[in-house]
Amino acid sequence: MQARTKSTTVYDVCIVGSGAGGGMSAYALTKAGAKVVMLEAGAEWFASKNSKMLMPAYASPRRGASSVRRPFGEFDACDGGWDIEGEPYTVASGSKFRWWRGRMLGGRTNHWGRISLRFGPDDFKGGTKDGMSDDWPITYDDVAPYYDRIDDLIGVFGSHEGMRNNPDGRFLPPPKPRCYELLVKKTADKLGVKCIPSRLSILTQAKPGRAACHYCGQCNRGCATKSNFSSPDVLIGPALATGNLTLITNAMAREVTVGKDGLATGVTYIDKHSGEDRHVSAKVVVLAASACESARIMLNSKSSAFPQGLGNSSGRVGKGLTDTTGTDVAGFIPAMVDHVPHNEDGVGGMHVYMPWWLDNAKLDFPRGYHIEVWGGISQPEYGALGGIQNYPGGGGYGKQLKADYRKYYGAQIGFSGRGEMLPNENSYCELDPTVVDRWGIPVLRFHWEFTDHEYNQIRHMQQTFRSLIAEMGGEVRQPMPTREQGYGIATGGQIIHELGCTQMGNDPNKSVLDANCRAHDCKNLFVADGGPFVTQADKNPTWTILALAWRTSDYITNQRKAGAL
Amino acid sequence: MSDHEIDAARDDHLADDAPEIPGRRDALRLMGMAPVFAALGWNVTAAERAARFVETLPATVDTAYVTRFFTPREWRTVRLLADYLIPRDDHSGSATDAKAPEFVDYMLMDETTSDASRLAMRGGLAWLDTECRHRFGTSFVGATDAQRRAVLDDIAWPKKAAPAMSVGVAFFNRFRDSIASGFYSSAIGWKDLQYVGNVFNPNWNGCPESATRKLGVSYAEYDAALAAQRNS
Repeated sequence: MQARTKSTTVYDVCIVGSGAGGGMSAYALTKAGAKVVMLEAGAEWFASKNSKMLMPAYASPRRGASSVRRPFGEFDACDGGWDIEGEPYTVASGSKFRWWRGRMLGGRTNHWGRISLRFGPDDFKGGTKDGMSDDWPITYDDVAPYYDRIDDLIGVFGSHEGMRNNPDGRFLPPPKPRCYELLVKKTADKLGVKCIPSRLSILTQAKPGRAACHYCGQCNRGCATKSNFSSPDVLIGPALATGNLTLITNAMAREVTVGKDGLATGVTYIDKHSGEDRHVSAKVVVLAASACESARIMLNSKSSAFPQGLGNSSGRVGKGLTDTTGTDVAGFIPAMVDHVPHNEDGVGGMHVYMPWWLDNAKLDFPRGYHIEVWGGISQPEYGALGGIQNYPGGGGYGKQLKADYRKYYGAQIGFSGRGEMLPNENSYCELDPTVVDRWGIPVLRFHWEFTDHEYNQIRHMQQTFRSLIAEMGGEVRQPMPTREQGYGIATGGQIIHELGCTQMGNDPNKSVLDANCRAHDCKNLFVADGGPFVTQADKNPTWTILALAWRTSDYITNQRKAGAL
Repeated sequence: MSDHEIDAARDDHLADDAPEIPGRRDALRLMGMAPVFAALGWNVTAAERAARFVETLPATVDTAYVTRFFTPREWRTVRLLADYLIPRDDHSGSATDAKAPEFVDYMLMDETTSDASRLAMRGGLAWLDTECRHRFGTSFVGATDAQRRAVLDDIAWPKKAAPAMSVGVAFFNRFRDSIASGFYSSAIGWKDLQYVGNVFNPNWNGCPESATRKLGVSYAEYDAALAAQRNS
């Protein structure tokens, strides 16, 4: 091993990771006066400087095709993916799982769909509701004030609907639906599927230093005018402006170091440029490297005091891993052929969606899902208008073919279901006993299993989406997937909502963290990503990761003030 | 692309008075004529920035394209076949006008393209020539227009094609998707489809009435439905 370079500075807090949890922690802690050092495994990246917003597809000879580093297209903001050179993971025999990682400042907040939903009261009390999972040690009321603060700071549009388990926020006005989304709403109403304006963290009104949205529909490329939420421009920039934040990029965290007293003393990381081992000292460590990566760091932080890894006396680090369930169905909608030319780029995402609207007590699966909507006319880029032979024209060539392309362009609507997976004992990660990454760090091995709770839910999604498309007079090309095909369920990890692995709870024998996301075993170690989640919900996790991170940061600040940290 | 080039590209789209830049040839002319523009009162900086942006577009207008994947023989077949697929019509130019074959060639050597895809393309073109040789004693390029169309008629409509044509059908589906991808992602293709987005459009406020009416929907109906839902 190469000599370790040890800095003499002792920071108040070291944060590992710069996504939603890390960025929020850095914002709150630096504003409260703490001297913070942040380690990010990837390179510096600010959408306001580096975005490829408004580049036409034909500005690249690849026309926006996905690349190895950018699996969602070369113009997409996020540098990362399910396969990262030199950073493998393994999957146990009989399991299927794909682990997505962002490797850049801001992590996956550069990639996500900006769907910003609060968890509802029932989502924190799944055990009380149906006995199918544990309750969280906190309630909606504990988190609600932080949701409010995040709504105000970051900005989210939506509408006030008064639904008990889909709480309203402090919303900016929502954009009008696109024309095909009006058709979706009308159809959903006919079938009794509740359809409302979407709730996305995109500014429909300006905030200081951030322009209102200009409706180019390219949020995924990163917004040069800071009109949507990503951690670097909205949280880390202001944190840097306090003068209290030291940012170290290309820093791959290896382990949390521990003193003789059993307290964390800092973090050892590899400087990816030089390959050298380095160490930063800090009085408090906050892991926000993503649910699985934070668990990996804890499992790799082995010492005589913590032979199973730091914070793992319960043996629960890596356990309780879940991903959101997902399946998609698209249909050809004859009413949409020969489109009226107009600009319907809109915001970078749907303008309407369907929150969970049914009662699980009357269904054969315990937890709900929401429905996302897509389709219509969008920027033609790589892969545009593929599969024309599946449209009524049947394929062909020549002038007739060109006329068909014109006719069928944009005549499609798709639905994506995103549902709650229940934690189960066969879905978890652990250290692989023999495999290391290019930095010599032991890698994760994943175990994965869906149960009928998920399969029955996915079947319901498929049936619902097909009913919606049929009601619009549309046609779905693919037949209904069979049970053997999992009804079309996305592979674990494919929806990129990994949660759990360092779950919070009141019992130190059954959980890793306490109700403030502090390790039961180590009073100056905290986790501020998706790891603390006790359960998923039928909502995307980012807004709750932000709220929990801010809440934990306030706790750290108060403990520091009281001299307890 | 460097940050400067991205900035230039973005600014060109944001600026209301940016001159229309139809292609690389014009950009090169712009650069050569910058002093003339200055004399005419043009904004030289804008012209230079625009030219720099267009410089980054595929350089295929003024120079002979050097293929990365296709052999010279295959290249003649690909270009000919591409224009059978997407010929010039009243709306727009052809596949070769839009450099769709160049795009296909470029992407075949991309890091994301599998060896199996490359083999399928090469083998498919060979199949086409073999088919023409069996029927007409000459290659696809060597065949007459009527002979070429006779083969295409047998493989271009999968549902109507004879089972014996399955190899040709699979090839043609793949080739048609590749050429369409290149054609419709080009500036010519965007115009053909009348795609009018990808613009800075802060005043966007829903779709026009002509578009909602076509789908039998309206914003008034939507607002009423939401209100009714809230009151129920």
